[in-house]
Amino acid sequence: MANKESIRDKVSIVGVGCCQFGENWDQSPSDMIVDAAYEAYADAGIEKPQEQIDAVFTGSIYSNKGPHECADALKLFNKPVSFATNYCATGTDLIRLGVMSIAAGLYDTVLVVGYDKPKDRGVSGPSVVVDRVRDLPQTPAGWFSLAAATYFDKFGAGREDLAKIAIKNHANGCLAPKSFLKRPITEEDYFKARIISWPFGLYDSAAQTDGAAACVLTRTDLASSFSKEPVKVKGVTVRSGPNPQKDPNNDFLSWKPTAWARDDVYEMAGITNARAEVGLAQVHDCFSLTELLTYEDLGFCEKGSAKEHIADGAFELTGDLPVNTDGGLKTFGHPTGATGVRMVYENVLQLRGKAGDRQVKGAEGKFAVSHNIGGHPTACGIAVLGRD
Amino acid sequence: MIGITSYGAYIPRTRLPFSVIGGRPAKDGGPERSVAWNDEDAITQGATAAIHCLEGIDRSQIDMLIFASTTLPFQEKQAAALVARVLDLGRDVQTADHTGSTRAGTSALRSAFDAVKAGSARCALVIASDARMAAPKSGMEINFGDGAAAFLISDGDAIATLDGFHAISDEVTDVWRPTGHEFTHSWEDRFVIQESFTPNMNRAIAGFLENSGTSIGDYARVALYAPDARSHGGVAKAAGVAADALQSPLFGRLGNAGTAFVPLQLIAALEAAAPGEKILAANFGNGADATAFSTTDQIEKLGPRRGVEWNLARRRVIGSYDDYIKAKGLAAAEWDAGTNPGLSATILFRERDDDLSLLGQKCNACDAVQFPAQRICETCFAKDDFSRLRLSDRTGKVVTYTFDFFFPTPNPPTVVTITEVDGARIHLQVVEIAAEEMKIGQEVEFVFRKIHESGGRPNYYWKGIPKPE
Repeated sequence: MANKESIRDKVSIVGVGCCQFGENWDQSPSDMIVDAAYEAYADAGIEKPQEQIDAVFTGSIYSNKGPHECADALKLFNKPVSFATNYCATGTDLIRLGVMSIAAGLYDTVLVVGYDKPKDRGVSGPSVVVDRVRDLPQTPAGWFSLAAATYFDKFGAGREDLAKIAIKNHANGCLAPKSFLKRPITEEDYFKARIISWPFGLYDSAAQTDGAAACVLTRTDLASSFSKEPVKVKGVTVRSGPNPQKDPNNDFLSWKPTAWARDDVYEMAGITNARAEVGLAQVHDCFSLTELLTYEDLGFCEKGSAKEHIADGAFELTGDLPVNTDGGLKTFGHPTGATGVRMVYENVLQLRGKAGDRQVKGAEGKFAVSHNIGGHPTACGIAVLGRD
Repeated sequence: MIGITSYGAYIPRTRLPFSVIGGRPAKDGGPERSVAWNDEDAITQGATAAIHCLEGIDRSQIDMLIFASTTLPFQEKQAAALVARVLDLGRDVQTADHTGSTRAGTSALRSAFDAVKAGSARCALVIASDARMAAPKSGMEINFGDGAAAFLISDGDAIATLDGFHAISDEVTDVWRPTGHEFTHSWEDRFVIQESFTPNMNRAIAGFLENSGTSIGDYARVALYAPDARSHGGVAKAAGVAADALQSPLFGRLGNAGTAFVPLQLIAALEAAAPGEKILAANFGNGADATAFSTTDQIEKLGPRRGVEWNLARRRVIGSYDDYIKAKGLAAAEWDAGTNPGLSATILFRERDDDLSLLGQKCNACDAVQFPAQRICETCFAKDDFSRLRLSDRTGKVVTYTFDFFFPTPNPPTVVTITEVDGARIHLQVVEIAAEEMKIGQEVEFVFRKIHESGGRPNYYWKGIPKPE
């Protein structure tokens, strides 16, 4: 039986870093890891990482070279360095592993580094996987679009609702210095773009980019020795789920792992009314509809009602629960293993009130949620942060 | 009584109008030919004809399968063994491929009949299937067509007995395709007709009539091979076939379907025949042969079959010659699918029951049906307690769908669904449906098709098609 209170407030984030996301043709994975980690060190006031970092948790999907790639980039030797992967939820799982290791009393201070380098493969999106005969075509757009026909049929939503999400995330991305795409789009742009897998067009789909993000975690009682502005981990979890493509009772109206992870992490953090208590959220908008379903699956609104809240602007920067304040996977970019850590980077900046032009007003006193899903989706990771 | 106890046909739904070959728009009612589309070949066509032949028939009695084709996708690796797996026939089946000549279809029928008569097989499935390629814009491209025919031969309730067979052999380089060549070659037409086709057909028919002591007038239906409509008329006239006894060769609708050509005409004849009719089928290819059949009272008791007329009524007319060129793999591509070693043979081997036979499993503890095979029940978590269950002949229902524009295909998008069958959910491509016609709840039946050509070889799996009326 899981002890839901074994993590809350025991671990704090004292440093965050994120390299410039984008098509980083002239950067290797190591180059990006160094950018992200050294920004996190500087943020935490760490000057001698070889002495101050006790353990490292790192992971990626495409640059799947194991723990040495990160250890060698940062010259962190004679240390426990572990490599973990959990599809697109890798980043959140890395943070969870780091948090657990500190909460267990094993280490004082750990470094988490998520990164990926899809642009070394020579294709603009995910590859069409042809290593089997069944379950084809295999592209993420094709997996996630399977919830569209059913959701549209039941709740009467359509591409016009998805367009609003895409337009919002493009607008937010313009305000984030390290985002990949800084180009606002109009509804006309949205509907003119080519279709990838119906109903997803180009602007419904995340920008696959290179990138790395890092954070330094430490025991909360040691946090003040690193940073003037530590942020507490209120809860972090991952949940596995059945493959929705063969699950005999999937309704294709929500993704099960998100609902399961939500129940777990809200109990850890003590959230009972998400809409009122969550000040902002970074959610996994691999596709526009995934963001829409997540509004409902995270309890920000009732199942089936998302289009009304979208129309009211609830999730825009000026709304009562801004979502994907830095542009999300859509425009900030989606280097698979880095994404969950990048979300925590954004939430830490927001909770400190240091998010510049995209700063959410009144965020400091509330919970900041970050949400990652991976696979078909077959996994979800959620982290909840707070100042107090 | 030994004879044909069932039959089934398959003709690809895609039709290429002659006008489109000539660079003009498709015209209603004009001549056309059938085309195996990019996910079809001799094996998929033959498997489908066999499934149509076996409708309502217990497959466990079949102990022989002969696959006849000049366009076997593998020169080494047996089509008959693959199709036996697709049909879930079990392992105790004699399998053989007959090839090398368009006569392979009729010689396979004769071999099956002889095997049952000799007692070396109880029930034989004979499949003739071809998807021959002619050079683009050539005369042969117009005259060829693609299709498959299947017959079940056993000592039982025969709908037609096989009364006699006569074959002659001839060595002549008239029509040929050397190993490694894609297109069928032919020497000058007049040479082929005058020195090979006409004399061989005449001699086989005359020899048969003489041996059997019958005359051409005894045959109510006569099916004849021919390279084209004109030579078909010529040989019919020479043999003295009455106009009302001459089986239509289907030029302009189907085309010369190679090894399946005369077998498909035989099916068309059986579909129309009353009990007690005599049918003569004469075939050609490095010699010629003549086979005679008599229909029995049983022909009226065989349930409805998917025969030639059923198939010809299903049409998708393509209006673009470029689409045809792309579908046949004749358009230049940036990457050659054959430049990688292909799918893991080990994995294909392990997953034969799932991928080729489409066997799901039923949990013995909770009755839940699932696909593919798994060791722990997805519903009640019982371990290793399942019965296999063939899903390929069940009807599925679409739970949800999407249209994928990324997956390589001559006509994007690829329609992809989650289809439920007996409670199991399958990630399934659906073909032969327009995107705007797709809906939640659409009923589909399963068809065996090519999925891709990774490794430069056909890789097969199942797709859905809208359930025919």
